[in-house]
Amino acid sequence: MIDVAIATRLGAFAIDVAFRAPTPGVTALFGPSGAGKTSVVRALAGLLRPQSGRIAVGDIVFFDSSRGIDMPAERRRVGYVFQDSRLFPHLSIADNLRYGLRRAPADDRPIPFDHVVALLGIGALLERRPLTLSGGERQRVAIGRALLSQPRLLLMDEPLASLDAERKAEVLPYIERLRDDLSLAIVYVSHARAEVERLARTLVVVEQGRVSAAGPMSELSARLDVRGISDAPDAASVIDTTVLAHDVGRRLTRLGFDGGELMVGAFVADVGARVRVLIPAREVIVATERPDGISVRNVLSGRIGEIEGHRGGDALVQIRIGNTGILARLTRDAIDRLRLATGREVYALIKASSVERPGS
Amino acid sequence: MIDFLSPDEWSALRISLIVAVYSVVACLPVAIGVAWLLARGRFFGRGVLDALAHVPLVLPPVVVGYVLLMLFGIRGPLGAFLYETFGIRLVFTTAGAVLATAVMVFPLIVRAVRLSIDALDLGLDEAARTLGAGPLDRFRTVTLPLMAPGILSGVIVAFAASLGEFGAVITFASNIPGETRTLPLAIYTAIQTPGGDAAAARLATISFVLAVAGLIASEVAARRVRRMLGRAA
Repeated sequence: MIDVAIATRLGAFAIDVAFRAPTPGVTALFGPSGAGKTSVVRALAGLLRPQSGRIAVGDIVFFDSSRGIDMPAERRRVGYVFQDSRLFPHLSIADNLRYGLRRAPADDRPIPFDHVVALLGIGALLERRPLTLSGGERQRVAIGRALLSQPRLLLMDEPLASLDAERKAEVLPYIERLRDDLSLAIVYVSHARAEVERLARTLVVVEQGRVSAAGPMSELSARLDVRGISDAPDAASVIDTTVLAHDVGRRLTRLGFDGGELMVGAFVADVGARVRVLIPAREVIVATERPDGISVRNVLSGRIGEIEGHRGGDALVQIRIGNTGILARLTRDAIDRLRLATGREVYALIKASSVERPGS
Repeated sequence: MIDFLSPDEWSALRISLIVAVYSVVACLPVAIGVAWLLARGRFFGRGVLDALAHVPLVLPPVVVGYVLLMLFGIRGPLGAFLYETFGIRLVFTTAGAVLATAVMVFPLIVRAVRLSIDALDLGLDEAARTLGAGPLDRFRTVTLPLMAPGILSGVIVAFAASLGEFGAVITFASNIPGETRTLPLAIYTAIQTPGGDAAAARLATISFVLAVAGLIASEVAARRVRRMLGRAA
């Protein structure tokens, strides 16, 4: 558990942030630039001292103003991946990677050097110097260096922001891999919705120095009021599923989620594997009766949760299917014609080909 | 080669090198410390320290020598203390020549080192902190290596300047053969002596060779440091 409740002032800017997030897994700090996300991460690392509050990770208290606790950054064992990699220019890649490793307690080094090098695909770079590396390579080395310091918590401050789309696509799978392979606690700062939807278990939305929403990613993705998530024109519901079976003949894969099942176009994943999918709100069709003779593969029965207040020609409608929420973007006209209202029983129609996997 | 120079001329060369090496070596740690205070320190009197460190750069060297004579002469406050307590006499000795030279080149090292401190990326220091390095550890493994180019260029400039220091040395330590007569002083003496033209030419040639050697050495060293820092040479 990551437990943060801090308040501080930076010039005229006030930060008052509190959230709790389960570990392991990725906790995304999401929000526009200048919202105070980096300050929160710096406070977690011990590079910024808040005026008041408390920071604890697991049962270790990093900071507690009421008890006068402020553990120095060098003793927190928090790995920090900076936006600008910050590799030591005078050291080889191998020595950069070993910098934190050498300073970790000898009897507590569960993350081995060779494993990280293989995981990040940086074996060919070990003898080189940071300034001869590409941006994507540098960022992978920076991730490796932070990992090898054997952190209790890994902080990633917009690690992809300085990279172009191609390099982003190169680094993202590595971040996914370390999330899955090392079962680390990760705090990931980003203002890119696609990254967050792909990586986050817990979402913390930060706006103007405050937390405006926090909770499990899939839950928040189905809410109507989360700035930057549900108000995007291409808003999508995030659903965590388990692969139930592959239908090789019909080239379909059957996924189970908390509330029902989904048939999607076949993809490569072991049966039993956890898979996150996205359902774009504008791809969801709503029917008041179970339709017949229709090509749509998934007809999910549920109830209307909420309907977005009047804004424009169309509105978001939240449909509760078991414990899972799915958003549908409908025209005002459709909402009026079908007399949709909270509590009404409906069917959500989702084409197998509309269900996306993040990052593809 | 031995016959090329007279014993007196060899002695001048030897004393010049001794004075240059000792003055730069003695200066360096103090200059790094002062440069650090000036670049990062926030304390009362920082402006005074800044001015004091740079005074030798703007004062005529003879005046610096005179001030040293006032302070470190046998009857000067510091000189009397050193003589009575430790039996150390600085005036008219090689050690005095070293002191005078060190004071003159001090600001050159401070300036070069300070520039390199100002250019340091504080982000790297933060990165080292998050990787578990304490303050001394960070200074040794990150800050100092990154300051190396500045320190190196300061040392080279100071070494070259110390080989040429004249005014402060002759005023404070005088012109004593085998003791304080460095190359510039020997050249000056030779020019003043009837029939000393050939000796002056030889000594001037040596100075020239030393200067060129210094330049080459600095270029080689700078290249090596650049390579160490991973930049193209």
